[in-house]
Amino acid sequence: MTSADILLLALGAVAIGAAFRVVRTSHLVRAGLWLVVTLGAVAGVYLVLAAELVAWVQVLLYVGAVVVLLLFAVMLTRAPIGASADLDRPGWAGALVGGGAALGLGALFVDGYRWQKVGLPAPGTAEALGAQLFQHWVLPFEVLSVLLLAALVGAIVVSRPET
Amino acid sequence: MIAVIVRVLGVVAAFLTLPLIVGQTEHKVMAHMQARLGPMYAGAFHGWAQLIADGVKFVQKEDVTPRAADRPVFRVAPLVALLPYLVALLFIPLGPRDTLVGQPLDVGLFVVLAVVGVGVVAVLMAAWSSANKYSLLGGLRAAAQLLGYELPFVLAAASVAMAAGTLSLSGIVNAWRPWWLLWQLPALVVFFVAGLAEIRRPPFDMPVADSELVFGYLTEYTGLRFAFFLLAEYVGIVVIAALTTVLFLGGWKGPFDAQLGWLWTLLKVFAVSFVIIWLRVAYPRLREDQLQRLCWLVLVPVALAQLVLTAAVRVA
Amino acid sequence: MHPAIPYLTAAVLFGLGVYGVLTRRNAVLLLMAIELLLNAVNLVLVTADATVRAALPDSGQVFALFVIVLAAAEVGVGLALILALYRRRSSIAVDEIPLNEAENEDRSEEVNA
Repeated sequence: MTSADILLLALGAVAIGAAFRVVRTSHLVRAGLWLVVTLGAVAGVYLVLAAELVAWVQVLLYVGAVVVLLLFAVMLTRAPIGASADLDRPGWAGALVGGGAALGLGALFVDGYRWQKVGLPAPGTAEALGAQLFQHWVLPFEVLSVLLLAALVGAIVVSRPET
Repeated sequence: MIAVIVRVLGVVAAFLTLPLIVGQTEHKVMAHMQARLGPMYAGAFHGWAQLIADGVKFVQKEDVTPRAADRPVFRVAPLVALLPYLVALLFIPLGPRDTLVGQPLDVGLFVVLAVVGVGVVAVLMAAWSSANKYSLLGGLRAAAQLLGYELPFVLAAASVAMAAGTLSLSGIVNAWRPWWLLWQLPALVVFFVAGLAEIRRPPFDMPVADSELVFGYLTEYTGLRFAFFLLAEYVGIVVIAALTTVLFLGGWKGPFDAQLGWLWTLLKVFAVSFVIIWLRVAYPRLREDQLQRLCWLVLVPVALAQLVLTAAVRVA
Repeated sequence: MHPAIPYLTAAVLFGLGVYGVLTRRNAVLLLMAIELLLNAVNLVLVTADATVRAALPDSGQVFALFVIVLAAAEVGVGLALILALYRRRSSIAVDEIPLNEAENEDRSEEVNA
């Protein structure tokens, strides 16, 4: 166990604990706040894995924008303070499938990597990542920008009040 | 290791003193602009200890949590409001040497922008958990405002980063030349105005508009927790002023900057803070629709045009 | 660094996300569970980037960035849909959305059924 391992374990535990609250809590707004904790912990894992830029993009976009939009929507749809009774369907089917997915994926990963040790890569710089992005992945990048534009137009069309 | 601890302590000291200085300046500057004297008694000499007295008063007040409130969320919100600014201060360089920045970083600009954006979550937490419709209205206004103004804020910063060719805050100051003041002027204005809106200072204080919303998302807060929100506002002024200084006004650049760099940075930060206070006195509050229109129809297009200009100059 | 730790974290996050998508009735909570799924995928991408020396360096991180941008677009459109639904029916429970036109037009019938 190295210090990186301990950090990864701690952050992973925080992420999983908070994610459990996200899918189980009966307080609508608190689910969004626990999601912030999960996303922050995952960003921490990225930092340990030397993916600095991805970590901060995660904070800027996910915590700063996506979660705020979600909370905004929760409040606009009249979330009550306190527990709501009817947030969940009976959970056994979901628990079965979800647990199966987690177990299956976990078994696959453990089988693939065992307890093997890997040296941490050197901290990535924004420059290296940018070079990769704009040399090898330019086409997906452009397609993505078109998709964003389409999503923007779509969101505006959907949310316009009908006359 | 010791060097790191000293630097972190330095940042904490700055975190505790700079906002108080700015707050005291605001009291006195506002008073004199309105032909008043402002605080005169606390500490005997021109009321220099007024904010300390305020702090003592806040500590003594009862810490009320409304019965209908969502207790844990309500109680944590002030800390979430304060923490991002403390983290942001860590990355702002004071002088040319690496010893004068809490933590030099390759993606410093990005970190600061990301961290400042987290403040919105605190506003929404405070607004919703107060169980008060004025709070909720204020919080929704704040969320709409902060989401909107985040865009020109980041775009204007991106323009400077592109001009300097780096995301490191020290690197940007190193690349800065005096003629950038002219060339990056639109970005400077956009960044400053959007920054004002990000920290909800007048004339962008629609979320706490006291004539219609009592005090917005702060309505239910008392005592120390309210003081935390106030402190967050003043640290916000310092952070926005420092960012404007570092990105657009050349940070530590000035005569004898090898030795006096930190002094130039501080002077510029205080000058920008003074302008922020001045704007509060000079302009009335923007209406909600005017506020959104300014963002989407003026600031965003100007920021995009500046980005195109910067890209063209860089490529040419 | 043992890559098994972040990989297992990602697997559990994915399982929790699947559970959330299958059990939640509130559409916004459904979106939150989907964010968990996307984060699990991102975690796998970034971990793979740190452990496997690929021909193109950093491609895992590039893909993680792409996924984050996709998530932003998805949330934007998703929330627009949810708010439109709420304006029309003042409820965003996903299992109460009528799926055919007849029900859509005569709402009283649907309530009785």
